[in-house]
Amino acid sequence: MDDVRLLKVLENDPRISVRDLADILNETENNVLEVKRRLEKEKVICGYHTVINWDKTNHDKVQAIIEVSAKPERDKGYDNVAMRIARYPEVKSLYLMSGKSEFIVMIDGKSMREIADFVGQKLAPIEGVTQTVTCFVLKQYKIEGVVMDEKTFEDKRQIVTP
Amino acid sequence: MSYLNKKIQTIKPSGIRKFSEMASKIPGVISLGVGEPDFETPWHIREEGIYAIEKSMTYYSPNLGLVELRKEICNYYRRRWNCEYDYSKNCLVTVGASEGIDLCMRTILDPNDEVIVLHPSYVAYDPCVTLSGGVVKVIDLKAENQFKLTPEMLEAAITDKSKILFLNYPSNPTGGCMSREDYEKIVPIIKKHNLVVLSDEIYAELSYNDDFCSIASFDEIKDQVIVLNGFSKAYSMTGWRLGYILANEDIISAMVKIHQYTIMCPSTISQYAGIEAIKNGDKDCVMHKESFMARRNYLVNNLNRIGLDCHMPNGAFYVFPSIKKTGMSSEEFCTRLVHEAKVAVVPGNAFGDSGEGHVRISYAYSIEQIKEAIERIESFLKKIEESA
Repeated sequence: MDDVRLLKVLENDPRISVRDLADILNETENNVLEVKRRLEKEKVICGYHTVINWDKTNHDKVQAIIEVSAKPERDKGYDNVAMRIARYPEVKSLYLMSGKSEFIVMIDGKSMREIADFVGQKLAPIEGVTQTVTCFVLKQYKIEGVVMDEKTFEDKRQIVTP
Repeated sequence: MSYLNKKIQTIKPSGIRKFSEMASKIPGVISLGVGEPDFETPWHIREEGIYAIEKSMTYYSPNLGLVELRKEICNYYRRRWNCEYDYSKNCLVTVGASEGIDLCMRTILDPNDEVIVLHPSYVAYDPCVTLSGGVVKVIDLKAENQFKLTPEMLEAAITDKSKILFLNYPSNPTGGCMSREDYEKIVPIIKKHNLVVLSDEIYAELSYNDDFCSIASFDEIKDQVIVLNGFSKAYSMTGWRLGYILANEDIISAMVKIHQYTIMCPSTISQYAGIEAIKNGDKDCVMHKESFMARRNYLVNNLNRIGLDCHMPNGAFYVFPSIKKTGMSSEEFCTRLVHEAKVAVVPGNAFGDSGEGHVRISYAYSIEQIKEAIERIESFLKKIEESA
């Protein structure tokens, strides 16, 4: 079975049943279950998440994207400093980048104050970090391939056509 | 007294239209009856259409179509299907592949020339032959051969009046395909009898074994082949009405005589969008194909599970299962299904008499819609079985 095809279906619909998955891939349920478990074990599948538009809830949430400049260490490169950043639960995503700064850090907090405190007290003092630029998210238009506020799909086709 | 000419009076209205009118009056119907993709036209293509309007690129184009579009069409056939064509002599841009069918018939046929049409077939083929004064000679394809054309069938259908062989692979409504090996068996017959081949390749990009073969790639008969294709199915551009013909210079020059007086040119806006589609749309085709393949697998596996025997077709986005075991005719089955289970599928006999005993089910729908439809069909089949 082609792992990539299975992963693409799951990426699109993590809630899909094993039977439906097997039908779509034209495989047996046992095969599908086995491959799915293996991919979970190997951490190819790292989790099953839900895309939420928090702006539509009354839950207070502020997001920021922070450009972090850092110095590499001999033998380790950026890995040590990256792991020190990644371990904070406030950090949702972390990428090593080409370009002006070394890292992009995406973080969630309850308020701008909370995020400012995190940057000032936790992130910036990490050994190796030389500079941070914090950009607050004002509005989300698209997350994980999903356009927020887009109308539900409406079939505009004729009911039967040749 | 009727003012209508005799020929038009012999043409029957499309069975699909009749069925569509009935189904559209029933509330809550889930349709698996549509012959067009559900995907929106990709944004980069729509944007080119918008730009064309913004920049006032809204005048007539040359009769043959925009030069850049014809160049890209010929590039595409070289790149994808290994066929060489010269944009200045061999390519005509049409209003959908549909205009192409009509143009071919009007250009090639003399009265009473025979056109070999493979049934079950797309609904427009037979009437277009009749309207041009030709005679339809039907070959009934068989489900057990995966609806392929065999050399024996072809030989048996050829007479001294045979002029055109009309092919459509991947096929609407059966999903059947012809591989290079399958064509190798019929090409010598086509050459021997000097048949014009009209090859409707509109579903070429939806060939799930990645083995689509254009019959125009056989050099020994290339001059005899007229290729019809278009943008509707590959790029989800049905409403843009854009297609094209590839053929030898003589045929294209003759077709232009009709096209220039009746059509002039397809929408220029659509042609600009078409350039973007065919130049930069390969990734859209791949994405659409992957999605259709998932839906096909899901539909076929579930149809077999609920007791409608169905083979796995290799192309297009239709399956053509047999409903013979229900004891009903195609029309009765579809009429009852839409009234009692609120699922619309198309009776197989709408595609010719040999489609009787089958239904065409389209999988140009989301998995959720197909799932709901399957549940309804399953309940319907159980009800029939219990009442039998």
